Amino acid sequence: MLEHVATTNAEGDLIINVGPQHPATHGVLHLVITLNGETIKKVEPHLGYIHRSIEKMCESLTYRQFIYVTSRMDYLSAHINNHCCALVVEKGMQIEVPERAQVIRVLMDELTRIASHELWWGAMAMDIGAFTPFFHAFRERETINDIMEETCGARLTMNYMVPGGVMVDIHPNFQKRVKDFIQLFKSKVNEYDELVTGNIIFQSRMKDVGYLSKEDAISFGCSGPTARGSGVSCDVRKLYPYDVYDKVQFEEVLETAGDSLARYMVRIREMKQSISIIEQLIDNIPEGDFQAKTKAVIKLPKGEFYSRVETARGDFGIYIVSEGGTTPYRIKFRSPGFSNLSALDQMARGSKLGDLVAMMGTLDLVIPDIDR
Amino acid sequence: MDNEALKTRLTEILPAITFEEGTALLTANVEAAAWLLLAKALRNEAALGFDYLFCVTCVDWKTHIGMVYHLESTSHRHSIVIKVKLDHKKPEVETVNHIWKTAEFHEREAYEMFGVNFLNHPDLRLLILPDGWEGRHPMRKDYDDPVNMIKL
Repeated sequence: MLEHVATTNAEGDLIINVGPQHPATHGVLHLVITLNGETIKKVEPHLGYIHRSIEKMCESLTYRQFIYVTSRMDYLSAHINNHCCALVVEKGMQIEVPERAQVIRVLMDELTRIASHELWWGAMAMDIGAFTPFFHAFRERETINDIMEETCGARLTMNYMVPGGVMVDIHPNFQKRVKDFIQLFKSKVNEYDELVTGNIIFQSRMKDVGYLSKEDAISFGCSGPTARGSGVSCDVRKLYPYDVYDKVQFEEVLETAGDSLARYMVRIREMKQSISIIEQLIDNIPEGDFQAKTKAVIKLPKGEFYSRVETARGDFGIYIVSEGGTTPYRIKFRSPGFSNLSALDQMARGSKLGDLVAMMGTLDLVIPDIDR
Repeated sequence: MDNEALKTRLTEILPAITFEEGTALLTANVEAAAWLLLAKALRNEAALGFDYLFCVTCVDWKTHIGMVYHLESTSHRHSIVIKVKLDHKKPEVETVNHIWKTAEFHEREAYEMFGVNFLNHPDLRLLILPDGWEGRHPMRKDYDDPVNMIKL
């Protein structure tokens, strides 16, 4: 029976597969794990089960069309991916975005961040054995999805941001519903803490598990909450502010412990920062156009353009090489998950197999973002 | 360091380095043979301190293959883009995986998608493509597969 699920190598170590179909990998991630007893000696990710070659596809899509495929990469940060696309085209075309559109975009980004972190929080707790939080998280996330649906017409792949602004103006109910949600969510975040964060079983499963030092986090190119859990200051919203991020007050969340609990705490605290950003902006959406006037056919000048945003998973970048035509010559998506995943081997070596799930959970992997 | 100071220091390290004009980020071109030497200096010299390799891109220019490395320093907050030109028929360049660990995965991606051979890479094999794919590089401009269409 054993030979069907595992093999041994010359040193007598057991080699097992986790995934590609495994509930804890949240998608089609395939890990080949070398085990000595229950101790992990090596973790090798095998990628590509959901690779759609989006980069190559984009080479035949125009600068208006390629935005739609990016929603399908990190689908939990669809708005923020779209935002990056819009920014890189605006940079190339030198389009001035109306302030109203900038504020709407930032609001959408932060709502997305909360929705993404909520899904992560529910799934994370479920990974290590607590089922109830998943329902709590989805209950609140549903409200955000409803708000998105009203304005953008979609609940997951929004495709709402376009070069020059946003596609349509916000729905008349938008402000009221967001304010109602924030009011509700403020108490819910504290409920999350009571339910999970303070739980002694949860703490002992997360504390000192999957340690990643600050040097390693930088060297592996980690970003987002994964790196900030190791004390690396890397929030693109703070370092290279885009749209109105330089006009709002918020704190870059940093933890220094570098373990799974630290990465968990970063995301919980980030949700609270997002609430604060939304509160500052929701009553101050300026009047005016929601979209700048742009040419019907966008031709980026010859050259190279790079644009960075902070998604819920970290530093997302788009690098475009343009030859002056209507489609990019080469496009590269720098996805945060790809680099964050590369640190998993370093984190896991020497740990017990049972802890691997906690580590993967706090990396917040979205496989389509890694595979692209 | 500002861009002018960076330019001066990098020219001291590598006199053959050339800089591009009119780019948003400071962009430099180096020969493939000199890349490893420059990479070590970029990472290890305290005043440069480029410790965060955030993007590695390979571009098929039809006449040659270009590697593009986006670097940032987390302590000094300056950025640079390094471009390395490789031969189209036999693209080869030294790995920088021991300098920036993230390069291991990015180089494996460039290896399978563009066929770039990274010399001294510890584990250069397919990462994304299925086993047995060797020899065909789907991101190259001349790649065409009528059955599994990628181009629209």
